[in-house]
Amino acid sequence: MHHGKYRFVFGLLLIPLGLYAVFVVSPYVQAFPIAFTDWEGLSATYRYIGFDNFVALFHDSVFWTALRHNLFLLVSLPTIIVTLSLFFSAALNHRGGIRGAKFYKIIYFFPAVLSIAVVGVLWQFIFEPRGGLLNGFLRAVGLDALAQPWLGDGDTALGSIIAVVVWGGVGFYVVLFTAAMAAIPKELYEAALLDGAGSVQAFFRITLPLIWNTVQVAIAFLVIGALDQFALIKVLSVGPGGPNDATQVISLYMYTNAFAYGKFGYASAIGVTLFALNMILTVLTFRLTRRERVVY
Amino acid sequence: MTRTATGRLFGGMTQGFALVWGAMVLFPLLWSVVSSFKTDSEIFQSPWKLPAVWHWDNFSRAWSESHIGRYFFNSLVVVTCGVVICLLLSAAVAYVLAQFEFPGSKALYYVFVGGMVFPGFMALVPLFFVVQNLGLMNTYLGLILVYATGGMSFSVFFLTAFFKSQSKELAEAALVDGCSHWGVLFRIMLPLARPGLVSIGIFQFLGMWNEYLLPLVLMTDENRYLVTQGLANLAVTQGYHSDYSGLFAGLTISILPVLAVYLVFHRQISTGMTAGALK
Repeated sequence: MHHGKYRFVFGLLLIPLGLYAVFVVSPYVQAFPIAFTDWEGLSATYRYIGFDNFVALFHDSVFWTALRHNLFLLVSLPTIIVTLSLFFSAALNHRGGIRGAKFYKIIYFFPAVLSIAVVGVLWQFIFEPRGGLLNGFLRAVGLDALAQPWLGDGDTALGSIIAVVVWGGVGFYVVLFTAAMAAIPKELYEAALLDGAGSVQAFFRITLPLIWNTVQVAIAFLVIGALDQFALIKVLSVGPGGPNDATQVISLYMYTNAFAYGKFGYASAIGVTLFALNMILTVLTFRLTRRERVVY
Repeated sequence: MTRTATGRLFGGMTQGFALVWGAMVLFPLLWSVVSSFKTDSEIFQSPWKLPAVWHWDNFSRAWSESHIGRYFFNSLVVVTCGVVICLLLSAAVAYVLAQFEFPGSKALYYVFVGGMVFPGFMALVPLFFVVQNLGLMNTYLGLILVYATGGMSFSVFFLTAFFKSQSKELAEAALVDGCSHWGVLFRIMLPLARPGLVSIGIFQFLGMWNEYLLPLVLMTDENRYLVTQGLANLAVTQGYHSDYSGLFAGLTISILPVLAVYLVFHRQISTGMTAGALK
């Protein structure tokens, strides 16, 4: 019996564990040693060069530009997306749910099921200077002066891409927040109404504190997600990463170093740096957004 | 203003806001679908007008000449196999971790679940070489295995919780009756886990269908492009050929099936995806 059990366990685990070790565990483990090599191009030989890659990275102005853009995304994306999502969730939930709330939620969620790359292609058309939807709209309402090459201008490129991330992100968080709001007992609102609280007050005094755990998760998700922004920038920006590094981010810079320049050692050093940033941010976000849990 | 009047005004405003965002989401999608029936010159003339003649041929051109059809087939093969293999591997691991205690079983659980914490970009370069050294670049099998193993962390996490929630009595009774461990797994536990497997399956299918980075690195042969990657590539190189109507048709082809699947399963998908966030 006992013997049979271990043979069964071993038999079941052998293939999954083997594949997982080869395709998931080993790449993560190998990322560290490769980061300390001068591995370039298709040559099979490389030397260990200590922290040279990290020193070079520290003096690489493009890396700092990319990092600055990531930090900008990391502050702006959670702020904009969480604010808008809370606003629309509250609107949909107004007085226990407005007419058509279910229908709105289905539509809002559309972008969340689309591939980010496909969303990128769609918005490339929208931003198209000549026949694009956005400039067409601006001209139609008489704001011709505002029509411009959104992605081609360094001043508007990153902002335009942020708008696309917001467009694609809000629906997901509306569904997340409205689900959390639905769990709040209705009596709380009735009591607040009797006490003379308005809708806005009720939102800040009741709704927000009670769904704070969910909001916290959303913020953490968006903060960490800001480090992962890649597909939209790869598809939408000129270059990609341009014009003139105006939309350069760490993940794209790593991808370019590895697969366009063949600098595998250097790219891995960027990857390890990304990992360190990721860990720091995860801890920081949960520390900073932590609050007393409200029990109801 | 009385309170009810303010309330009504507020109610009307919330309807308005809800409607505006709905339009902002829906309009670009509708616009791209309508544009995919236009001619190139109509697309550039005005983004507002409907096409004079609805050009269905844009779709056949996108499907065959721009190879969207082939990319679609590639995606279908890789993603379907990826999901099935991911579920098989994860169910096996999850069942063992949920039902058996053995030295190192806790550690093993964290090895699998820990995969969710690390940024994928970090492993990108080594993964490329693992796949290359195995001779699996530009093969279905390579990407299928990468997808399947990449989806394991979340699936193992989810399915272990699921198997743990099942009572052990049923399995024990079957064992006493002389059923083998394999019999318990295939005849009792897996059929019981079907709802869990279905929701994980839908979740993984969407995730793999929408993946962009991994095919970009591991499928460099144009014949093996997946649909998101192929479409993005067409859009980037399009500036030189300028078959915009065909490209819009390609975009519509990659949007509509996903939205159709979503509309059918919208409840499972949105709850599944948001539950994933709250894990």
